[in-house]
Amino acid sequence: MFYKSQLKYKSKTKKKNYFNRLVEAGNWGDLIFERLTQFFALLVFLLVILIGYEMYSGSRLSIQKFGWQFLVTSTWDPVKEIFGALPAIYGTLVSSFLALMISLPLGLGVAIFLSELSPGWLEKPLSFLTELLAGIPSVVYGLWGIFVLVPWLRISVEPFLNKHFGYLPFFRGAPYGFGMLAAALILAIMILPIISSISRDILRSVPDSQREAAFALGATRWEVIKIVLADSRSGILGATMLALGRAIGETMAVTMVIGNRALISPSLFDPGYTMASIIANEFTEASSDLYLSALIELALVLFVITIIINMAARLMVWRMDRKWETVK
Amino acid sequence: MHNTINTINTINTIQPELTSKVIKEKVKKNIVVDVKNLAAYFGKTKVLKEINLPVPRNKILAIIGPSGCGKSTFLRCINRMHEVVGGTMTGEILFDGKHIMKYDPVQLRRKIGMVFQKPNPFPTMSIFNNVVAGLRLNGVRNKKKLSVIVEQSLKQVALWDEVKDSLQDSGINISGGQQQRLCIARAIAVQPEVILMDEPASALDPISTAKIEELLYELKKNYTIVIVTHNMQQAARVSDLTAFLYMGELIEFDKTSKIFTNPALKQTEDYISGRFG
Repeated sequence: MFYKSQLKYKSKTKKKNYFNRLVEAGNWGDLIFERLTQFFALLVFLLVILIGYEMYSGSRLSIQKFGWQFLVTSTWDPVKEIFGALPAIYGTLVSSFLALMISLPLGLGVAIFLSELSPGWLEKPLSFLTELLAGIPSVVYGLWGIFVLVPWLRISVEPFLNKHFGYLPFFRGAPYGFGMLAAALILAIMILPIISSISRDILRSVPDSQREAAFALGATRWEVIKIVLADSRSGILGATMLALGRAIGETMAVTMVIGNRALISPSLFDPGYTMASIIANEFTEASSDLYLSALIELALVLFVITIIINMAARLMVWRMDRKWETVK
Repeated sequence: MHNTINTINTINTIQPELTSKVIKEKVKKNIVVDVKNLAAYFGKTKVLKEINLPVPRNKILAIIGPSGCGKSTFLRCINRMHEVVGGTMTGEILFDGKHIMKYDPVQLRRKIGMVFQKPNPFPTMSIFNNVVAGLRLNGVRNKKKLSVIVEQSLKQVALWDEVKDSLQDSGINISGGQQQRLCIARAIAVQPEVILMDEPASALDPISTAKIEELLYELKKNYTIVIVTHNMQQAARVSDLTAFLYMGELIEFDKTSKIFTNPALKQTEDYISGRFG
């Protein structure tokens, strides 16, 4: 306690001295610059709060009418003006987690190869290519999904899964192509560069002294990688959460391939809906105040979920970065 | 080396009928690592030039020389860590009479342990798990056996009394000196024949350094130690033999007492007395 207050006191006096010195030296340029950047930094913070507040006030109508029921009922009927967000929440979470399940092992494999195994000449172009995936516009992914992925799923993959694994509830029903599986696959491709590039950086941040320690003990290459992975597990978890945050908020590509029906079905072949795609699809058609308000509340839910996930993720990555300071 | 030669002389005087073959056998047995014509490269740069250096068993060999003279590279050639960072080598290093390139590098490193300049315990492992990390890699799973070895190893490095109540704590929550002793314990837990030390005390305070040096005396009974050091006094204090390396060449190799009191070459004398390097 004492220590903390002392620290605070110290930093305050230091800052004051700093400003005083600037003023005394007549260094107004520095002072103005410092104040200005401070203002911009605060502006970002303010913006987030403002967005949150705007969404809250915009969705007041819907919050008053449905209360918590909004989150747990599954009727989405704009005609009768009954709105329940459960199918959208379900669709968002399921498609994102599925995408993560596909993408995590792949992305981690890429990261391990890039940071631990690949020869120098291959590493740069390969890193560049994986990161390039992140730069492709979402709508292009969607278009590729409609013209390549969906037909492929409809003609080959889904009938195959149905034939061989049809006893599982996940692979029943008519193979439309459009549906949860298509959305999860396209999301998996989109978040792959996030997982692989952040994990690669995390793995690289593990000091070489760790690898040498393991090698010198007679570890095989695989055993060394296991130790490096153990060292970086919290960072990799953070990368995964960042990717999850991205998958949850992804709109365009998912909207184009998920089928857009407010439906909760265990089958991955069935169409679904996500919060982001409902908003994108129906915002222009929202004819009544309540409808609009319900859509804004949906946005608020999405906002809160992504903020929580991103904050948790950042926290983990930061903790990872700091950890090495004691060893280095 | 000289002891070995003395031994040979003694054998010769007592039993002159012994053939030179027997003598050679005897010498061979006493030399645990025999470096012959070793040259090491990073890409095309030659960092070590034709080094010949026998390392006798249960002795401490100190390698001294200015920065960049190839001391660390020499050390890393012996346990084949040089190739991990992409280096190559020519010539011969015999370990127990067999060329190190004929060993599986993993097996070789389990027999030739290494301690690094900066303490590098595994932060995600407890103190206990750090010590037995090498054993676990060897497939030892028996808990009783592991805890016996942990106690033995930590006692050997004089760390047991300091950490015996916190064996399950993380390996990085102890002081730097303790961490380095933990790393030495980790290296000796697998019972290697040789321990290579790359400036093991250079990142430590004087008290921890003294502790490590004391430790070296103890370890000498069971292990052969090759230690790279920048600290001339340290080399003089702890080692039996000293090799002086300069610009990748072995300038002089002799008993430590001889090197530090009456070196054969002026270059060695200049370096030791601090006139260059």
